[in-house]
Amino acid sequence: MKNEGKKIIRWLAGAVSLTAFLVLIVIRPLPFLFYQGLPHLGFLGRALYILLLGCFLALYRIARGPTGADRIVAIDILGIMIVGLCAVLTITTGRSWYLDIGIAWALQSFISTLAFSKYLEGRGFDE
Amino acid sequence: MNELIGLIFISLGLAFDVFGCLGLVRLPDVYNRLQAATKCVTLGTASILFGTFLIVGFTAAGFKAILCMLFLLLTSPVAAHAIARGAHRSGVKLWEKSVIDRYKEDKEGEA
Amino acid sequence: MKRKAVLFLVAFVVWCLLNWPPDWQHLLAGVFVAAFCAFMTGDLFVTRPHMLKHPLRYWHFLFSYLPRFFWECLKANVDVAWRVAHPRLPINPGIVKIKTSLKTDTALTFLANSITLTPGTLTVDIDKDKGVLYVHWIDVKDKDTKKATQIIAERFEKILRKIFE
Repeated sequence: MKNEGKKIIRWLAGAVSLTAFLVLIVIRPLPFLFYQGLPHLGFLGRALYILLLGCFLALYRIARGPTGADRIVAIDILGIMIVGLCAVLTITTGRSWYLDIGIAWALQSFISTLAFSKYLEGRGFDE
Repeated sequence: MNELIGLIFISLGLAFDVFGCLGLVRLPDVYNRLQAATKCVTLGTASILFGTFLIVGFTAAGFKAILCMLFLLLTSPVAAHAIARGAHRSGVKLWEKSVIDRYKEDKEGEA
Repeated sequence: MKRKAVLFLVAFVVWCLLNWPPDWQHLLAGVFVAAFCAFMTGDLFVTRPHMLKHPLRYWHFLFSYLPRFFWECLKANVDVAWRVAHPRLPINPGIVKIKTSLKTDTALTFLANSITLTPGTLTVDIDKDKGVLYVHWIDVKDKDTKKATQIIAERFEKILRKIFE
């Protein structure tokens, strides 16, 4: 029963902090690094920060993960998020080579994930 | 009009991405994390890329976005499958409240 | 030879899309690159070229498989989002075994990918000789092999058999 209460309190804390972050982003965008003056910059600038929030959640799992497999999952997900980030940057800056980076990143991330999982599989047989 | 539909696709994708990463943090073991993260983040990013295609139109960036989306939809399940298999073979346990593990039973039966 | 021609076409189209808008220099370089790719890896990519001729298979793929796939995908995402945001984490995970009657490699790969992207399931391993898939299920409704097969795989098996076999 006590454990249950703790869980609910942790959930509430997480929900409140996430909502506070989102409201902060929506009301007042953080200082800008990119080229200003294109349409939709308001919405897409906020979109960039929401994607960065997701990337930080994945980084938390990389730092905390109890086993190696957790870290590999988080690295894979981080790669896919970065492809999305490249797509949004393509619209805000109007330069199409950001998507070249995205395609290359997706290819490389897929191959490195396969290599990591082969490594995991082999380690079990050695021990 | 195309731009409005593209923005709707992008915001849908953003919501799915955030839920996927939240699942990566909250769920208890590797396999559950893999499920939530793979599904949500793959479809979320694919929808962001499709929104990009709708906004940019039939230009160089648009075709690259479509190629990237197809590639992502084809490869991401394969990567998830490889990680799950590698994790199970290297001896990562399921969560302690899991109901059943047929794969382990069958492998022990063969050995 | 047929296999290499198919791969040459695919590689050339991808090259053209990457170098949009096309001009004659890019096209010339693309012919050489695509021919090199087809010469090196043609036998690995397409194993049964006579399957690509039937128009009915494309029809089934475009209008029967793809809408089904995207609908299930959307349902899967809403389901996972609901489970993750719920304060008590309503999950009940486990690995179950399902049987399939599909035989070819392509059909099995597509079945495994569809299972991975549909609600609550993730393929862990395939045993091709016995026709068995091991599936991690986030909310186990039935431990029995037959019923699990009915719930998970039957929606896709019928369509995939029409397309790939």
